[in-house]
Amino acid sequence: MTSLIMIIVTNALVSNVVLSQFLGICSFVGVSRQIKTSASLGAAVIFVMTIASAVASLLYDFILVPFDLDYLKTIVFILVIAALVQLVEMFLKKTSRGIYEALGIYLPLITTNCAVLGVALTNVQNGYNLVESVFAGFGTAVGYTIAIVVLAGIRGRLDEEAIPLPFRGAPIVLLCAALMSIAFMGFSGL
Amino acid sequence: MKPWVERIYNGVVKENPSFVLMLGMCPTLAVTTSAINGIGMGASTMAVLILSNLIISLLRKVIPDDVRLPAYIVIVASLVTVTELLMEAYTPGVYNALGIYIPLIVVNCIILGRAEAYASKNPPFLSVMDGLGMGLGFTIALFVLGVFRELLGAGTVFGVQVMPDFYEPIAVFVKAPGAFLVLAFVVAIMNGFGMSTRANKMVEGCDGCCAACAKPCADEKKEGEA
Repeated sequence: MTSLIMIIVTNALVSNVVLSQFLGICSFVGVSRQIKTSASLGAAVIFVMTIASAVASLLYDFILVPFDLDYLKTIVFILVIAALVQLVEMFLKKTSRGIYEALGIYLPLITTNCAVLGVALTNVQNGYNLVESVFAGFGTAVGYTIAIVVLAGIRGRLDEEAIPLPFRGAPIVLLCAALMSIAFMGFSGL
Repeated sequence: MKPWVERIYNGVVKENPSFVLMLGMCPTLAVTTSAINGIGMGASTMAVLILSNLIISLLRKVIPDDVRLPAYIVIVASLVTVTELLMEAYTPGVYNALGIYIPLIVVNCIILGRAEAYASKNPPFLSVMDGLGMGLGFTIALFVLGVFRELLGAGTVFGVQVMPDFYEPIAVFVKAPGAFLVLAFVVAIMNGFGMSTRANKMVEGCDGCCAACAKPCADEKKEGEA
């Protein structure tokens, strides 16, 4: 149990997926204008990444490894994630209208989010079993959500500041990310 | 200018994938801790890009329009797997340094972006030149960022000490925050000189940053405004 909690803490804070591993930068910079949208995207990422980690782990342990096909993992994982996102979208559309309306528009965005594939591959690299993979996926997604919501909060304040002209837009966002990244380095002592 | 020279010029200067189009940010930030890593990543991406452009261009009349994205992804993922295995065998040092970012070339927006925007509509030779140009542009960008970060963060270039002894390396530049800092200043300088980059607009939503998510992004904007 302790080791599972450690996996969550490590993935969410110590080696934060955005701020120390640079995965999912595209949506991190692109969809962080408002706290509300960021939180919805974060929720969608938590949802997809947890399921994707479980499915990828199952496929790897029970199909790829027994048939000695583990070199195919990149191809299999990317296709499975793409298909999975479609399935989740269709499933939500049919069953729970509320969740679909809150998360639906973000789901296709996640297909190309390299963080999801990154987590699946890292889990395999670390030799995690099913349960550990699910916890790692969940922890990573929570880390992503923390980072993007905090950035959205900062950007809300930035709108009212007088920023030097060349730094408006992406540069100031990247500078904020740099400072957040420095702050998150403090967790590495945990 | 001959069309193939124009393709290379376009990739390296006019539409440089890193500095102008702002594509493939994950590897740009992650692996540029040293000049050699930057070149390793750039070269492997370039190899995949040239071959994927070639194959997709050859198959452009065969692949049905409806399933083109999955088809491209399979082609790219196969090429990436081949590259990964080759690197593991012949350049283990770079392979270990780049780690997970090699398989992640699959989701690099540059590759799907070029497949969708160029190779699927143009003949093989020009597509290869397009891949070469874009790949070179990406490699040069990673090399420049890598040299800059290695110089400031470790005082070396290609592992050779170049800064004078009294220079105290600023370690933060080879750590994660340095990547964001360097890129922020590069974009700010380009803004300062009035060079328009996608980054100016990037903050307005993901702006179709990858071919694969261009459509959802457009939908999202519409719904987001409502």
